[in-house]
Amino acid sequence: MSTLLEVSGVSKTFDGFKAINNLSFRIGRRELRAVIGPNGAGKTTFMDIVTGKTRPDSGTVLYGDKGQSLLAMSESRIAQAGIGRKFQRPTVFEDQTVRENLTMALDGSRGPFAVLWSRATREAAHRVAELAGEIGLDGTLDRKAGELSHGQKQWLEIGMLLAQNPKLLLVDEPAAGMTPAEREHTTDILVEAAKTRAVVVVEHDMEFVRRLNCKVTVLHEGSVLAEGSIDHVTADEKVIEVYLGR
Amino acid sequence: MSDMAVDMGRRRPFVVRHPSVLIFLAALALFTVGVTILAEGFGIGVISTSFVKTLGKTLCLCLVALAMDLVWGYCGILSLGHMAFFGIGGYAIGMWLMYARTELIVIESLAAAPLPPTPQEISDGIATQIFGVVGASEFPAVWAFAHSLPLQLAAVVLVPGLLALVFGWLAFRSRVTGVYLSILTQAMTLALSLYLFQNDSGLRGNNGLSGLQNLPGLDQVPQSVVSMWFFWASALALGLGYVLSAWVVSGRFGSVIRAIRDDEARVRFLGYPVEAFKLFIFTLTAIIAGIAGALYYPQAGIINPAEIAPIASIYLAVWVAIGGRGRLYGAVIGAAFVSLLSTWFTGGQAPDVNLGFYTISWVDWWTVLLGLSFVAVTLLAPKGIGGLIDLLTDRVSPDRHGADLGPEPGALREKEADR
Repeated sequence: MSTLLEVSGVSKTFDGFKAINNLSFRIGRRELRAVIGPNGAGKTTFMDIVTGKTRPDSGTVLYGDKGQSLLAMSESRIAQAGIGRKFQRPTVFEDQTVRENLTMALDGSRGPFAVLWSRATREAAHRVAELAGEIGLDGTLDRKAGELSHGQKQWLEIGMLLAQNPKLLLVDEPAAGMTPAEREHTTDILVEAAKTRAVVVVEHDMEFVRRLNCKVTVLHEGSVLAEGSIDHVTADEKVIEVYLGR
Repeated sequence: MSDMAVDMGRRRPFVVRHPSVLIFLAALALFTVGVTILAEGFGIGVISTSFVKTLGKTLCLCLVALAMDLVWGYCGILSLGHMAFFGIGGYAIGMWLMYARTELIVIESLAAAPLPPTPQEISDGIATQIFGVVGASEFPAVWAFAHSLPLQLAAVVLVPGLLALVFGWLAFRSRVTGVYLSILTQAMTLALSLYLFQNDSGLRGNNGLSGLQNLPGLDQVPQSVVSMWFFWASALALGLGYVLSAWVVSGRFGSVIRAIRDDEARVRFLGYPVEAFKLFIFTLTAIIAGIAGALYYPQAGIINPAEIAPIASIYLAVWVAIGGRGRLYGAVIGAAFVSLLSTWFTGGQAPDVNLGFYTISWVDWWTVLLGLSFVAVTLLAPKGIGGLIDLLTDRVSPDRHGADLGPEPGALREKEADR
């Protein structure tokens, strides 16, 4: 399996606190990966580094076929290169309709002049309708995103990520605040998405991770504590001690 | 169904898809025709020439308010410096008006001399006429193009555009946002006005440029006619500016800039270069402001550095807030309403209120009233005057695009619902 993203020896210190400590991580092109760890383990900082929000003090982050370094790229360039990110709390544009939210996210030109001259096409409308079906929001295309329920907003955000058609999807706690039925639907969306791309899910909820049925990386104090199947890591003594045992 | 909607959207013209644009253009056309009929220049003369000028100036203020709404109401950049661009546009056109008219006067007075004047004598004569008031008699470098109308018209667009481009590039690149950006824009307009106040700035210091209402070579045309020309030009500019703004804020571009206003970090993660979008809007609105200024000052007749003092740009923000930001007609309503009201109050036409122990003279108290209404609008009616339109449209049943009215599937459809 070829590697899509390779993070090696990355460290980041905030005011003397080591958020990320010599972290190494790699993920293949079509892989679902769960990242778990207690609060402060560096999960969010890890995502910030990959998406360009935070610059690490040391280490390398290589991405794609040519092993391009992400460290010198801006957030928007990284997003254009095919890395999508879902935040912990649903961040959709509440003042705009579901259709506008999805249309904005569709992959395509991103520069101001190109966007200004771009016109609505039949293909784009079709793709938006299709995506809305995938995330179970087909009836709500013309409603403002702010009117949606919490779970629907989470799906809309996942839909916006899928619309970007990223090669790598970083998803931060997708199941937070969801009902059991909504969680199940979310699992399906993520498993489906990982068939064509790499998906990294950061999650607290062990049950949810178990249902994803994928390789798990356990973070602790900014570095990898254990990696393997869910049964493997939950049997690991160190993991039990720092995370599950509490 | 969505395919059909897009197809139809492509065939129908832009103004049909945005009915508010059509309504606005119709109202503007009606207003223009009405004023033309009532004014002295070409009509029955019920409206005085000076009031035509006030109305024409108001249209220019509406245009710059539109620009402010684009940059603040839609893109979330609270620029407190846009009146600087407005003033630069005014100076650019004012330089040509003053130069060309003085040139005619100088040539005429030298024609009586026994020898025909040399170009140098004419140039010196113009310089003495224009700069005598600040104790200089030579043309500063900024007047290099003042003899040419096309070049000064180009300057109306290019100087504000380039200034905004450079200023915006520096500010946005460093990710200066929110109140810090507002302070920077205030500093820019303050610096510019302080610079222009100096006599050696080359633009006649605090005297400014005057006599701009007189078009060179058209002295025989009465002001009542000239005022109508500028009124029409202002109405045309406002109409075009409105259509342009409506086009910019429609579609995906509009979606992106509103998204930048609401959560710019999130827009970055969608892959949009946020800074480039902000710079585009900032520069575009600076150019619109420059054009509005170039139409305003020939109607005002005079421009001086006080016009681009920071307070002017703050007024601009107040108009847009009172009118209702984030909607184009709100900005126009706010600018028209507040500036006309301001003319009425400060023109001494408003009757003083005698409280017995104190007489409220509106010339002094108008700014207090304006300040209080700004605070009231911000706290009590954030949508501004434009929000009143919502009260009307909300009375019509909302368009749910055939979706269920209630939570139950198959519940009452809107047609059946009891209004």
